[in-house]
Amino acid sequence: MVLSAADKTNVKGVFAKIGGHAEDYGAETLERMFAAYPQTKTYFPHFDLGKGSAQVKGHGKKVAAALVEAANHIDDIAGALSKLSDLHAQKLRVDPVNFKLLGQCFLVVVACHNPALLTPEVHASLDKFLCAVGNVLTAKYR
Amino acid sequence: MVHWSAEEKQLISSVWGKVNVEECGAEALARLLIVYPWTQRFFDNFGNLSSPTAIIGNPKVRAHGKKVLTSFGEAIKNLDNLKATYSKLSELHCDKLHVDPENFRLLGDILVIVLAAHFGKDFTPSCQATWQKLVGVVAHALAHKYH
Repeated sequence: MVLSAADKTNVKGVFAKIGGHAEDYGAETLERMFAAYPQTKTYFPHFDLGKGSAQVKGHGKKVAAALVEAANHIDDIAGALSKLSDLHAQKLRVDPVNFKLLGQCFLVVVACHNPALLTPEVHASLDKFLCAVGNVLTAKYR
Repeated sequence: MVHWSAEEKQLISSVWGKVNVEECGAEALARLLIVYPWTQRFFDNFGNLSSPTAIIGNPKVRAHGKKVLTSFGEAIKNLDNLKATYSKLSELHCDKLHVDPENFRLLGDILVIVLAAHFGKDFTPSCQATWQKLVGVVAHALAHKYH
């Protein structure tokens, strides 16, 4: 799976439009993921996962920042997320299936807040981008 | 058998009540074919699927999308009896259509995104959770008769 020039333009466009809301989107993505896929909570036994949790907000901010970083270095996502990839492989070891779940929830958040932005073409590009990010983060697992 | 709380049933029917089945079905199927182009493999006889514009405007895609979502409506009327409701459809998808059940999961996820775009903030996390459960259960019921 390769990101075309059009995909890259579409993804950069999404993040430009989201702008300063990225952090909130990150938090909402996690909130939705924990609600829709309760098994994902098993990675956060040390977190307060209640509504409005400061820890979830803080973590959502980190997740969003990583996505923004990947979008800003879309020609070399593996390079941009190399340290994060090491972290996931060595320490976090989140099962690969969960990145798809996070991706689904991020798409839902974008759809909820910016329906006009998520045209079918942009939807396709963003889905590919999120897959690419997931692949990078699990690339060093074995 | 899947258990549905009163709240879940409410979230399902209140959303479904506001859905335009024809529009929503057409959009969901079009997006499936655009976002996951390999799903086009089942629709060789649909004519022009060469671009997102072609797919969105394709009358066969619209018609089939409506058919699929209308069937989904049947599921919603029979939440407590899904496997039986979809028994024949499941056999059809296995024996005649030869559709990998993974495709049901893909379409389900796309449907959730279409609903999110349509309902915006009203599509709350609980609402999404209920609908992710519903599409998962429908996909499971459709796969149940596979052999």
